[in-house]
Amino acid sequence: MGFFSRFLIPNPSPVIYSSMVAIGVTVLLIIVGLTHFKKWFHLWSGWLTTVDHKRIGIMYLISALLMLFRGGVDAVMMRAQLAVPDNKLLDSQHYNEIFSTHGVVMILFMAMPYIMALMNFVVPLQIGARDVAFPRLNAISFWLFFMGAMLFNISFVIGGSPDAGWSSYFPLAGNEFSPHVGTNYYMIGIQIAGIGTLMTGINFLTTILKMRAPGMTLMKLPMFTWSSLVTSIIIIFAFPVLTVALIMGTMDRLFATKFFTITDGGMDMLWANLFWVWGHPEVYILILPAFGLFSEIIPTFSRRNLYGYRSMVASMVFISIYSFFVWTHHFFTMGQAAYVNSIFSITTMVIAIPTGIKIFNWLFTMWKGRIRFTVPMLYSIGFIPLFTIGGVTGVMLAMSAADYQYHNTMFLVAHFHNVIIPGVVFAVLGAGTYYWPKMFGFMLNERIGKWAFWFLTIGFCLAFFPMYITGLDGQARRMYTFSESTGFGPLNMISFIGTALMAISFVLIVYTIYYSIRHASRDVSDDPWDARSLEWATHNPVPEYNFAIIPQVNSRETFWDAKYKGHELFKGDYEKIHMPNNTGGPFIMSCIFFVFGFALVFSIWFLAIIGLIGIFVCMAYRSFEIDHGHYISVEEIKETEAKFGGVSKWK
Amino acid sequence: MEIDHSQPLEYSTEQNRLNILGFWIFLGAEIMLFGTLFASYFTLVDRTGNGPIGAEIFEITPVLAETFLLLTSSFVIGLGIHAMRLGNKKAMLTFFVITLLLGVGFIGFEITEFITYYREGATLQTSAFTSMLFTTLGTHGAHVTLGLFWGSFIILQVKNRGLTPETANKSFIFSLYWHFLDIVWIFIFTFIYMKGMT
Ligand code: HEM
Ligand SMILES: [Cu+2]
Repeated sequence: MGFFSRFLIPNPSPVIYSSMVAIGVTVLLIIVGLTHFKKWFHLWSGWLTTVDHKRIGIMYLISALLMLFRGGVDAVMMRAQLAVPDNKLLDSQHYNEIFSTHGVVMILFMAMPYIMALMNFVVPLQIGARDVAFPRLNAISFWLFFMGAMLFNISFVIGGSPDAGWSSYFPLAGNEFSPHVGTNYYMIGIQIAGIGTLMTGINFLTTILKMRAPGMTLMKLPMFTWSSLVTSIIIIFAFPVLTVALIMGTMDRLFATKFFTITDGGMDMLWANLFWVWGHPEVYILILPAFGLFSEIIPTFSRRNLYGYRSMVASMVFISIYSFFVWTHHFFTMGQAAYVNSIFSITTMVIAIPTGIKIFNWLFTMWKGRIRFTVPMLYSIGFIPLFTIGGVTGVMLAMSAADYQYHNTMFLVAHFHNVIIPGVVFAVLGAGTYYWPKMFGFMLNERIGKWAFWFLTIGFCLAFFPMYITGLDGQARRMYTFSESTGFGPLNMISFIGTALMAISFVLIVYTIYYSIRHASRDVSDDPWDARSLEWATHNPVPEYNFAIIPQVNSRETFWDAKYKGHELFKGDYEKIHMPNNTGGPFIMSCIFFVFGFALVFSIWFLAIIGLIGIFVCMAYRSFEIDHGHYISVEEIKETEAKFGGVSKWK
Repeated sequence: MEIDHSQPLEYSTEQNRLNILGFWIFLGAEIMLFGTLFASYFTLVDRTGNGPIGAEIFEITPVLAETFLLLTSSFVIGLGIHAMRLGNKKAMLTFFVITLLLGVGFIGFEITEFITYYREGATLQTSAFTSMLFTTLGTHGAHVTLGLFWGSFIILQVKNRGLTPETANKSFIFSLYWHFLDIVWIFIFTFIYMKGMT
């Protein structure tokens, strides 16, 4: 192929051309806006160079919402294509690209950063720390994630998107069957973002182990922090496997190595194994923090402490270990020995036990509580029955013999959306609402939020439950159309209507944010929900240094004790506070990573080498840099605290 | 920065202790990385296609030289850290320089080894086995090469800034990294070369 022809889209369509125009116009508007309102400096010094975990969390949140939109548009297009038999809205290639990018974007660039957003924002506050252990590394993590995501996202306007599914099985993903650059984007975009994620895991494990407030033993950690701790450990064990798999995949595509080929000894099943050794724990990387979030929300709105704390922790640890021993259930039908299938069938089903324990604990927490039906609580209550249905169908899938029937059908698609949407999406939406006042200093409108919840829940049921039926009847997944005679038409139409309701729910969520920015009261108390854990003991929005005085922890619910049992949370006087300095390094280095990745995607070697050198120069510069941070003086702290009305409240 | 003088320099501040723990955790991730490479290697080792098998291309001499150089360097950097603990900057720097020189020697042998394989018709593209072999060795070699740069930066810093909690911390972490590469090499030596040659 000629140099320039590689940048063209393999199957251009009016949809893609109009998105190109839309992207161009948006970028232009942003540039003009920033210049007009003279915000460039603010953007640079306040955000692009920040190392504050709260701001990094907020940037993750914004990226995740954007990606939810991108992945959601893909979903709507897919369901629109399948709404009626023999539809001609999308062609098969376009459909392949959309289900592939939808899967990747939703899992890696929407759910992951959403979880990271909450981890970043909440964990240091919950443990009474001033920041994470390595604030700069945290910024690097975010920017690498961001650049990886952006690299992946430009694929559909430059060169074409990956089309081999989110699991990118070889040999389909090899050069022979995926000749355009799409899969290069997959390999390299995910690689860059993945390195960022691994760094986050290391950072948070160190933070939680070492930076807890005095008195906070491991068995006094709030549930969300526990889940983040366990998640960090899974990340550290799982992500290097992905790194290796992606390197090998990249080399097969760019350097004609023979890892996953059919000839010359290559082995396509090796990809499947490596991918799922990472991929299965990955779903627990998403669901465990989500469980943690529910465990924060449910006690708060039941006015009761969490039932079965110890069993909650134990089941999480158990799940995290077990998640590494079930990956083979992703290829029950690919011809392995029956005893292998049986073993993995059993290990898979066993995970239902600790999960069931958690469900019962949440139910028992609510049982004797006095429930307040706020938006976060609605999401948590909606989660329980829906997730249980998803879990039951999961056990059905785990029966390897029966899987020959479900395999690669819409039944599977229904199952995993049935766990991931109520499990993860509900959790992050609920927790986003819950922590909103901490982040921004005002509450989200509850009325619109409830509408959004109902649209999402009803839409979800309409969209996915019909797929169980069509799946059992044999409607295959990843097929761009079906014929009239199959009789799948009406049920798919219902699915499409459900999807449309979910899309409306997204619009409502964005509208709540807009509405609340304009109308919500800025005068919220520091503890608007009457919550129980430490993050609510500081101000709304949280000052740069989190806590003017490091809190003293005496129990699992120190803050509750401070409010109602006279525990003294903040002892002693203000002292000057040490803070890290902002730095442009992480952002600049990640930009160079972007260029490097782009050059690799298109095999522009000289640019790749320049990029690589650039990355090394950044690292070398960092190695020589002397930066001891700065101090916030006692006067400044007093001033800030006075503005909020003082910490003395809980003294 | 509060400096705790009862501790060795590299542990003497809060941030230093965090850095060291963080680096241990990072090494945990590195173990997974190399573990995955090894697992893939064992999967593909017999899948040689039309290319050579290990026993046909491996040669004992350069491998022994590489092993000797890397193991010695790992010992020497230990001496370097010992000198650092004693506060002897000059001795420490000397040991660090020797470590890196041994590392350069290692890389030199590895490159000639690769060239020999290439001449014998075992290239990155020959078979799944050779792809995997070069990738595994190459990943280790790339780590050593990166270490050579990193180590020299640290030497420059210790030379110019003296032994401070910061430079001591960096040197210590670098020594952990270097020992780790040595351990990985022992696995490579045993399970790739020794096993491949018999
Ligand atoms: C907003 C509602 C959503 C709808 C309507 C939707 C719909 C779909 C459809 C129609 C498919 C393709 C089925 C096929 O032809 O194989 C699909 C695949 C997929 N979806 Fe979703 N989805 C939604 C949300 C999500 C979310 C929130 C996630 C993850 C966090 C997700 C993850 C995936 C994955 C991983 C695939 C598999 C892609 C592949 O086959 O490679 N989806 N979704
Ligand atoms: Cu799985």
